[in-house]
Amino acid sequence: MYLKPFKSIGIGVAFSPNLKANLFEAARLSVFFKAKLVLIHVGEASEEKTNVLSTCLKSFEKDNLDYEVVFKPGDPVNVILSTSEEKKIDLLILGAVKREKVVKYYVGSIARKITRQAKCSILLLIKPSVESNPCKHIVVNGLKDPKTEQTITAAFYVANHVNSEKITIVEEIDQEEIHVKVEDDKSLRRANIVKERIKLRENSRVNEIIKHIPEEYTKNKTIKLQPIFGKRGYSIGHYAQISRADLLIMNSPSKMTFWDRLFPHDIEHILTELPTDVLILQ
Amino acid sequence: MSPKTNNISAFFKALPKNIFSGFVVSLIALPLGLGLAMASDAPPIAGIIAAVIGGVMVSILGGSHVTIVGPGNGLVGVLLVAITTLGLESAYIAIVCSGILLLLLGFFRMGALADFFPSAAIQGMLAAIGLIILGKQFHIMMAHKIKRADTIDYLVEIPFTINDAVHYENKGLIFAALAGILSLTIMLFYSKIRNKYLQLIPAPMWIVILSIAFSYYFEFGLHEPNPIAPQYMVSGIPSIQEIIADIPTPNFIGIWSFSFWGSVLALTLISSIESLLSIKAVDKLDPEKRRSNVNRDLKALGLATVGSGLLGGLNVVTVIARSSVNVNQGGTNRSSNFFHALFLVLFIAFFSTQLTRIPLPALMAILVYTGYKLASPKVITKMFSIGKEQLIIFFVTLIVTLKIGLITGILAGVIATFIIHVVINKHLGYGLIVRNLAKPNVLMYMEQGKKNNYYVSVKHFCSFLNYFRLKKHLDAIPENKDVIVDFSLCHFVDDTVLENISNYQELFDKRGGHFDVVGLDMHDTETKHPFASRRLLPVPNIIKNSLTRRQTSMETLAENYSLTYHPKRKKKVSFLNNFSFFNTKHINHIYNKLNDNNCSISIFDIEFSEGEFIAKEVGRKTMLHIDLDDTIPKFTLDKEGFLEKVSAFAGFKDIDIDNHDDFSNRFYLLGDNRVEIAKFFNDDVTHFFESNPYYHVESNGNALLIFGKERLASIKEIKALYDFGKRLRQVISKAQTIDV
Repeated sequence: MYLKPFKSIGIGVAFSPNLKANLFEAARLSVFFKAKLVLIHVGEASEEKTNVLSTCLKSFEKDNLDYEVVFKPGDPVNVILSTSEEKKIDLLILGAVKREKVVKYYVGSIARKITRQAKCSILLLIKPSVESNPCKHIVVNGLKDPKTEQTITAAFYVANHVNSEKITIVEEIDQEEIHVKVEDDKSLRRANIVKERIKLRENSRVNEIIKHIPEEYTKNKTIKLQPIFGKRGYSIGHYAQISRADLLIMNSPSKMTFWDRLFPHDIEHILTELPTDVLILQ
Repeated sequence: MSPKTNNISAFFKALPKNIFSGFVVSLIALPLGLGLAMASDAPPIAGIIAAVIGGVMVSILGGSHVTIVGPGNGLVGVLLVAITTLGLESAYIAIVCSGILLLLLGFFRMGALADFFPSAAIQGMLAAIGLIILGKQFHIMMAHKIKRADTIDYLVEIPFTINDAVHYENKGLIFAALAGILSLTIMLFYSKIRNKYLQLIPAPMWIVILSIAFSYYFEFGLHEPNPIAPQYMVSGIPSIQEIIADIPTPNFIGIWSFSFWGSVLALTLISSIESLLSIKAVDKLDPEKRRSNVNRDLKALGLATVGSGLLGGLNVVTVIARSSVNVNQGGTNRSSNFFHALFLVLFIAFFSTQLTRIPLPALMAILVYTGYKLASPKVITKMFSIGKEQLIIFFVTLIVTLKIGLITGILAGVIATFIIHVVINKHLGYGLIVRNLAKPNVLMYMEQGKKNNYYVSVKHFCSFLNYFRLKKHLDAIPENKDVIVDFSLCHFVDDTVLENISNYQELFDKRGGHFDVVGLDMHDTETKHPFASRRLLPVPNIIKNSLTRRQTSMETLAENYSLTYHPKRKKKVSFLNNFSFFNTKHINHIYNKLNDNNCSISIFDIEFSEGEFIAKEVGRKTMLHIDLDDTIPKFTLDKEGFLEKVSAFAGFKDIDIDNHDDFSNRFYLLGDNRVEIAKFFNDDVTHFFESNPYYHVESNGNALLIFGKERLASIKEIKALYDFGKRLRQVISKAQTIDV
């Protein structure tokens, strides 16, 4: 299985109250993955701004953090997208605080646009903090999709680098797959038999994927499989929220059409209601 | 899967019981059918036709098990409007059309329709229907027929009618009004009298029997004409031949009017809501704990309504009062519905002339009582205890329904509820409801690992608008499993949802599962939402310092016998669910509990209810509960008497114990496992029962439930009961050890 390691990590910086928290998170990740950090600021360069950034990142000097600042005025979406392509960024971090109204807008539009168009993986942070919060529990999707195998493998790769102990693989199953409509005792029994069968099938499919992952990644990890019958994309976010996951890892969305925007599904659901930090793998 | 033949033999085994309960139900259905039809301005026989066609068709095609169908009281208001504005012939066509719509609802699996109405609005609508029935029939009951355009006028004029009635000079009218008042008194006090022999015949049938007897007494006893004015007698009960000859020919003229389709829609809406609510309520009473196929039932009801409308009958709906009587009389499957129809046909075939001896006011008294029950002040106090907003919704629906019409009324109720929800949640942002309405906010999965329970989490908000999502998930869980419903991510839960949740809780408890709700206590402090928290976490009653005399004596008794005494109400009664006595009853709470130190013997007062709606009776008893160390067979033991001899004909079998003729003659023993039971009732145990006072004793396998009278026990009786229980326990444990 080919695995793309994160060699350079990019982050869009705005001089907001969250700057320090966002920078710290990004810097910590860069240290974890031993990657180069690229700070992208949409706007003119100035001495003052550079100084702020360098003072912020001072504490990471001892960890040999390698970073670079890019200043570029223009439309935020275009700037961030073009810069990440130029700098061959593997992972783009977008800070987003759920609570703030303005940022809600940010997540709603800018992050959505970037997520749709970006060719690299994207990490959306909803609770960046200056303190380091250990990432203990990762939830990853186990959809029946060609991309899933890579996503699950990458989840183990990430888990290893951020020292996460528990990984839950959520298999979202569409309600439509159960062809039985529950109406009385008999149909209920039939529906439950069908459900059990689908669950077993899904679990064995995911177990097969896990078998292919190098053992150095899977050892010492608590792996849990959780089949869920529900709306794709929405259920996994809901699950990540109630299971208090620290990171949710998802497949990158397939090409969007007009209809997909009108009737949001999959990743769009996650973007409107960020349940936790979300990593979208390309 | 059990083999098919087994089902057939089980069906025939249960047949006598179902014939019996079908008979009792038909005793109520006859007067109600006549009365409901007359209240809707239709010929009286139309109600019987609806019950007969419905009974036959739904029992064959339906998807529920112990429900009874027939003309419904909710429809009186709509039918009245339809018949007065469209005329009888077009009204029958409207009934046929509504049947077709109902059929379509069933085909499109719209059984969830009734879930979209907030419960306060439904209560308001039902109360309005109650007032419509009560307002119109009250005057007829007082032998003072009037005709007014507006329903409210009928209500306003009630005092004038009473005043007129006091000053009647015509003897015929006085007797007619007396018959009405007497019948109303019977309806009011019937449930208060707990006499076995009296209760054998339902109250409406007593009214019928008494009034027919009265008329015969005058004819043959006094050789005088019936003193009740002839215009206040039931008229126009045709014989079977006439019914067949009078089948109306469908007349499709005038179906293209606005009022026609308005009536069709109202008929469909009300009959589906009434049926769906009834089916849901009856499912809770089903002793065999089956789940009804709602959509199939809707289809059957639709088809039956089409048939009934074509033959000159009213809409066919599932009716709660008759169904609950059916359950209480031991009905176990759809055949009882069929037999109820059959008995109705027999009544009409053989007694149609006798039925014209019933005075109209007597029949209308039954309806006045029904109307009163629908709009009783209790409904309003219950609404108020949930929250003041509920009263607003309730009265908006009630008044609009009375003033304009049913459909407008219920729509007004829905809109009022929506506005109130938005307003009380404004601190959460106005968008909460609108933004999240379309989101699939319910997540359900089976928790992996040892416990294997279902976990359901609800996000954002949960109200009547999106309750169907939660319901869809909850319905997919077998009732004997464990469920946890988590509302901690939910900002707002409305009373409609909580009411339904508590219904689920009861259902799961009865069927051996567990249904827990979590996350609402946090919700309470976080959102300060008024009724959600109050509904689910009722603040325990403030300890009343003033105990009654009985309670203080119980306290002293507890001291003397070194027992512990808890006067407060307890809602946790799951330990009683396994007893067959409670299969068809709903336990409200237990209180005044006395138990010994290791909690193996406890005595408590219990309040339970059986039946629904006008057939509802609340019972209170004092019971003794003994936890046993060993397992014993399940059985029920009672005094052998007249009633049991009657039901023995109806398929219940008494188990006789060999060599104990006295015991077998005096006691009535029931149970599935005859061999084990016969073994359990050895010489010691039988002798104990023979030499001690009678009690009703029931075993659920590892506990005994003992009680005596049909009321709360006095202190002396409590002592006797306690002593009986203690000694019985000794005898049983001795018998068990010898056995081993």
